[in-house]
Amino acid sequence: MDFLQRLFGRLEGPSSRDTAKNRLRLVLVQDRATLSPGLMEQLKTDLIEVITKYLDIDESNMRVEFDNSDASVAIVASIPVREVKRSSGAGAR
Amino acid sequence: MSGSVIVVTSGKGGVGKTTATASIGAALATMGPSVALIDADIGLRNLDLVLGLEGRIFHNLVDVVDGVVDAHKALIRHKDIKNLSLLPAAQSRDKTAVTPEKMRAVADELKSTFDFVIIDCPAGIEQGFKNAVAGAEKAIVVTTPEMSAVRDADRIIGMLEHEGIAEPWLIINRIRFDMVKKHDMLDVNDVLEHLKIELLGVIPDDEAIIVATNKGVPVVMDEKSKAGRAFRDVAARIMGEDVPMAAAAEEEDWFTRIIRWFARARG
Repeated sequence: MDFLQRLFGRLEGPSSRDTAKNRLRLVLVQDRATLSPGLMEQLKTDLIEVITKYLDIDESNMRVEFDNSDASVAIVASIPVREVKRSSGAGAR
Repeated sequence: MSGSVIVVTSGKGGVGKTTATASIGAALATMGPSVALIDADIGLRNLDLVLGLEGRIFHNLVDVVDGVVDAHKALIRHKDIKNLSLLPAAQSRDKTAVTPEKMRAVADELKSTFDFVIIDCPAGIEQGFKNAVAGAEKAIVVTTPEMSAVRDADRIIGMLEHEGIAEPWLIINRIRFDMVKKHDMLDVNDVLEHLKIELLGVIPDDEAIIVATNKGVPVVMDEKSKAGRAFRDVAARIMGEDVPMAAAAEEEDWFTRIIRWFARARG
């Protein structure tokens, strides 16, 4: 039976091994989508540094989070803008 | 002389860390090098049982950490394998009795006289883990071909990196090739695809492990056991020998072999 099954392919859909492989892939993508608190703070600091060159932002209400809905992972930053600067560069805030 | 300190860890409990520690330690010691095993699972001591040394314990890891006794004096020598010694865990204390700094000091002291110091890490990712990995230069991550074990192994690999132990080795324990063939168990390559670290060994599921543990004789002493042989291969690889991963091919049935033969003949 075992070899007949392999000869003609599996009739009853994906094997439990394939199911496990796919579930594992998704869960590991989600598990890995975190940064240590220290790195997350560093990322925020760097983001602020870049963005304040162009925009006046409200740093206290800034949010940076991982979104791992569905089968993919995204990093989502929500940064309230106070004012758009007229010229770029390290001008006064 | 300075030996190397290896921690055996997994994240998930019950995947065979203690058995792996005892087996690899015993196999290495019978090949020649001197080996000290440290049971870092404080409060849940078991490495002594697997090695058949439970009746000989006078001092333990916490006694050494507390300065009651010198690390070398606390060691129990194995009755049959003369190059193998054990520093047992304390049974009546908890993980807070040890700190990473003190653990590092114990490992450093033992590696001055032993070729290998192998630390059996407790399950989990809390203080017991941090203590156990503190003095280690190298890690062996033990997993089984089950989703929960692979997921926890992935977490542990990340945490080891964080602790400064890069490039850990992987042991896939308790694989059942009959189930893999029926596509009802993750295969070695499925696990490697996810964990992406160097494979040190594949250990077949083997009743001889239970018999060996019942007797308190390391399974590597059983010449006929497939798991015992796989652990001896692991020890040889740690010693730098190039031993092929043989276990899987042996388990092939006649049908797979014929298919393989045709495939080769055609190619």
